[in-house]
Amino acid sequence: MTRLPSGGRIDRSRTIECTVDGVPLRGHPGDTLASALLAAGRLEVAPSTYLGRPRGIVTADSGEPNALVQVLDAPEPMVPATEVELRDGLAALSLSGVGRADPGGEQRCEKRYRHADVVVIGAGPAGLAAALAAGRGGARVFLVERHRELGGALLDGDERIDGAPGVEWVARAASELAALPETRVLTRATVAGHYDHGYLLVAEHSAPEQRPAWQRLWHLRAQRVVLATGARERPIAFPGNDRPGVMLAGAVRRYLRRFGVRAGERVVVCTTGDSAYATAFDLVAAGASVPLLVDARSEPPPALQARARDVGIRVRTGASVVGTSGAHRVSEVRVADINDPGRAEVVECDLVAVGGGWNPAVELARGPLTWDPEVSAFVPEQDAAVGAARGAFGLADCLAQGFAAGAAASTATGFGASAPQAPVVEGDPAQSRDHPLWSVVGDEVESFVDLQRDVTVADVRRAVDAGLRSPEHVKRYTTLGTGSDQGATSNVLGLGVLAALLGLDSPGASGATTARPPARPLRFELLAGRDRGALHDPVRTTPMHDWHVRAGAVFENVGQWKRPRHYPKPGEDMAAAVLRECAAARTGVAMMDATTLGKIDVVGPDAGEFLNRVYTNGFAKLAVGKARYGMMCTADGMVFDDGVTMRLAPDHYLMSTTTGNAAAVLDWLEEWLQTEWPELSVHCTSVTEQWATIAVAGPDSRAVLARVAPELDVSAAGFGFMEFRNTLLRNGIPARISRISFSGELAFEINVASWYGQAAWDAVFADGADFGITPYGTETMHVLRAEKGFVIVGQDTDGTVTPLDLGMDWVISKRKDFIGKRSFARPDTARAGRKQLVGLLPVDRDVLLPEGAQLVEPAASRTPPVPMQGHVTSSYRSAALGRTFALALIRDGRRRVGEVLHAPLGDRELAVEVTDPVFYDPEGARRDGHQPG
Amino acid sequence: MLQIPCPWCGNRDEVEFRYGGQAQVAYPEDPVALSDAEWAEYLFVRANPRGRHAERWVHSDGCRRWFDVVRDTATNEFAS
Repeated sequence: MTRLPSGGRIDRSRTIECTVDGVPLRGHPGDTLASALLAAGRLEVAPSTYLGRPRGIVTADSGEPNALVQVLDAPEPMVPATEVELRDGLAALSLSGVGRADPGGEQRCEKRYRHADVVVIGAGPAGLAAALAAGRGGARVFLVERHRELGGALLDGDERIDGAPGVEWVARAASELAALPETRVLTRATVAGHYDHGYLLVAEHSAPEQRPAWQRLWHLRAQRVVLATGARERPIAFPGNDRPGVMLAGAVRRYLRRFGVRAGERVVVCTTGDSAYATAFDLVAAGASVPLLVDARSEPPPALQARARDVGIRVRTGASVVGTSGAHRVSEVRVADINDPGRAEVVECDLVAVGGGWNPAVELARGPLTWDPEVSAFVPEQDAAVGAARGAFGLADCLAQGFAAGAAASTATGFGASAPQAPVVEGDPAQSRDHPLWSVVGDEVESFVDLQRDVTVADVRRAVDAGLRSPEHVKRYTTLGTGSDQGATSNVLGLGVLAALLGLDSPGASGATTARPPARPLRFELLAGRDRGALHDPVRTTPMHDWHVRAGAVFENVGQWKRPRHYPKPGEDMAAAVLRECAAARTGVAMMDATTLGKIDVVGPDAGEFLNRVYTNGFAKLAVGKARYGMMCTADGMVFDDGVTMRLAPDHYLMSTTTGNAAAVLDWLEEWLQTEWPELSVHCTSVTEQWATIAVAGPDSRAVLARVAPELDVSAAGFGFMEFRNTLLRNGIPARISRISFSGELAFEINVASWYGQAAWDAVFADGADFGITPYGTETMHVLRAEKGFVIVGQDTDGTVTPLDLGMDWVISKRKDFIGKRSFARPDTARAGRKQLVGLLPVDRDVLLPEGAQLVEPAASRTPPVPMQGHVTSSYRSAALGRTFALALIRDGRRRVGEVLHAPLGDRELAVEVTDPVFYDPEGARRDGHQPG
Repeated sequence: MLQIPCPWCGNRDEVEFRYGGQAQVAYPEDPVALSDAEWAEYLFVRANPRGRHAERWVHSDGCRRWFDVVRDTATNEFAS
């Protein structure tokens, strides 16, 4: 056991029992999983991801590359053990860098959206000072801290502020912040991304004892952001630096101070600067022995050397650890002069505390980074960060910069604030310059740069030998810094190793890599929040939806709409149900809920002129009381949408659109009216949900309509195709009935105000009962239209198809201009060899082609690249044809009618004959149905 | 996630808007009169500066109005 008898910010009055890999583990409230493991002497964790090398705990913060665990009891997919707070019943599993997907689902995940004047990221001394200064001015402040406690490095040191221990200053600051009405402090909260215009994503989670556990995703929009994110220590790439027992010096100190845990008994300290001396002194004070402190600098500060001597630590200068040995955990190190690595002394130890310098945590900085030779690290722009985040490691500087930045941010957002008087600081060690040491001469295959990705100095050298120079290229070539730790310990070290290999003075000469959000892994469960399952997206249903459910409909999603796809009877599969529904529509009568079609009121004196410009065919001269099929193109001449539009009055049209495109069409119309033709007096209003629509199709539909709408003359002579009438249904419901057909059969469409939808539906269903009226769904609608060669925009078209490609020359007006017309004369749209719409009949009448299947010449070589002739866009079984059929877009399709093409599908080749796209009733004789008498 | 200044509603989050590309690209008065190259220029050719860019947005989830702004494509700052 290496738990010290006293000290640390843990509650020793209570013991927590949990398990790691099934082995019981004990600890106290305030422990992390990592500190409890170290206290139990379990320093070694799962082996490395790719090489399977033994690994141990390295850090005491979120940058931990090795000690990754999966939490089983309250599922967390892959988190550093350094970030998991101990709690009763915690069950964790060690991971070798790869987690196991867990559907999650039990955690309460919610989202909050807030505006803030000032957001301070990090609550160490600099962040606390900034939040205090900004909050005192009255600004709305968010202070965001990853850990459970405020204070940062003040919790691990001996500095005194205004004559009292640093932790007392922290406690006072915390209570003052809590009392400020507009200031909010978030702990256990990580800023995952800092985006444009002060937009921040913050992931907050509940305290370990809270049940049920919750997580919260804050969307903050800040006017000013103060980065007080601190700094991270970096390792040194010496051979064997990945062995369990090689830890960062600052982490060793934090485990002593914050958790009362001694990570080793006999510790060699290896450093490039001053800060690791504090670790050495603390180790000695905690009863460990420090046989040697190795300083890369030839002349470390004399005061530090003297103090080391006083406590019995031998200091060796101008040297470094150059190798480690041990069965798993380190048992000895080799130490040699940096300039003479061949002659090494061997020192026994069970822990190596490495201090390779400090990197400001700049992954949330948005501006450019510059190399600062004073601190040997990349720093953000001076006004973007405070404290260690910009390379100021002294406490007095941190406080002064924090106060100044907080006051400036508060002032900038309209709240007067002046920077408070900086308090008196004692015990602030003077900082001397580091001697950056990236790697030492030795076995580069054993010298690790990125522990999580198993990237070594040899790997970086291989990238350089391959000719790569840019850090961004080397990062991707080696995967350095691309682990879930996002290069927390490895990024700058890798840049330093690269610069040395390239012979550059410093990494500043090659520049830093770009850090991109999320800075830390974010759970999809948290991003989804409550927007999952039924709440994932709004569900739109028609007024007749409950009837469809009772009738056993199988639904499909069309945009947000739920549409009945087919109505299977007991024992029927979809194919059988669709064949039955199709037969009813072609031989008797069938009905469909067409409510979901988009409907747009186009109103105004210029409505006709406007529609003339957006539709390829003419609408200005359409008679009131009549309807017309219209097609829209984008400016490049490609099919955009289609539908039937009625003229209700001289200045009033009712446009219909495809179900999935309704919003896009309304946007399109408004764009042209606002940006190109503001002189046109037209208003467009979505009325999709104001109307319920029932399609009644089939030769017996006229008889059914005669009962449903007794006041209406439904004869062929009295009610022409593409006309509509306003009438009352027999149950008194006002209705607009049109003769529109999407199936080639005699068909009517009944439009009623949506709240009458169900009553109208019931009336039609009852009046058609003795005709065997059959409800049909979207699948049957698709088959019926395909038999007639009618296209579905978005299924038979894909944004590269013109009306001419579809053979719809008749829909293109010769007499007027419209959006896209000029494009039909472009060389590309007028050329030969464009894909055109054709029909396909599989040679085997029972073979159903998959939609999307590619078509090739039978004689073409099957060695890639195989020239593609086109692809299948729609494919169905037809009751009317007694066989399968398909629609396709084929190069020069219309000239190839009669040819045979092949659809290669794995090891099968399906032969198909190219045909005209109209398979059924090409003369259109069925459109007027039975003639009475 | 930009914050976009809608001239009618004030600053709003980017999620409420749809991008409309380069501003001041007028639909030609008489497309038929244009050569293929001129028409293709209108259809396909747009500026792509690193820096100030006059562009259109529509506040589709707000007032549904189109407007022009100048945005610096390197910094995403909007000119006031």
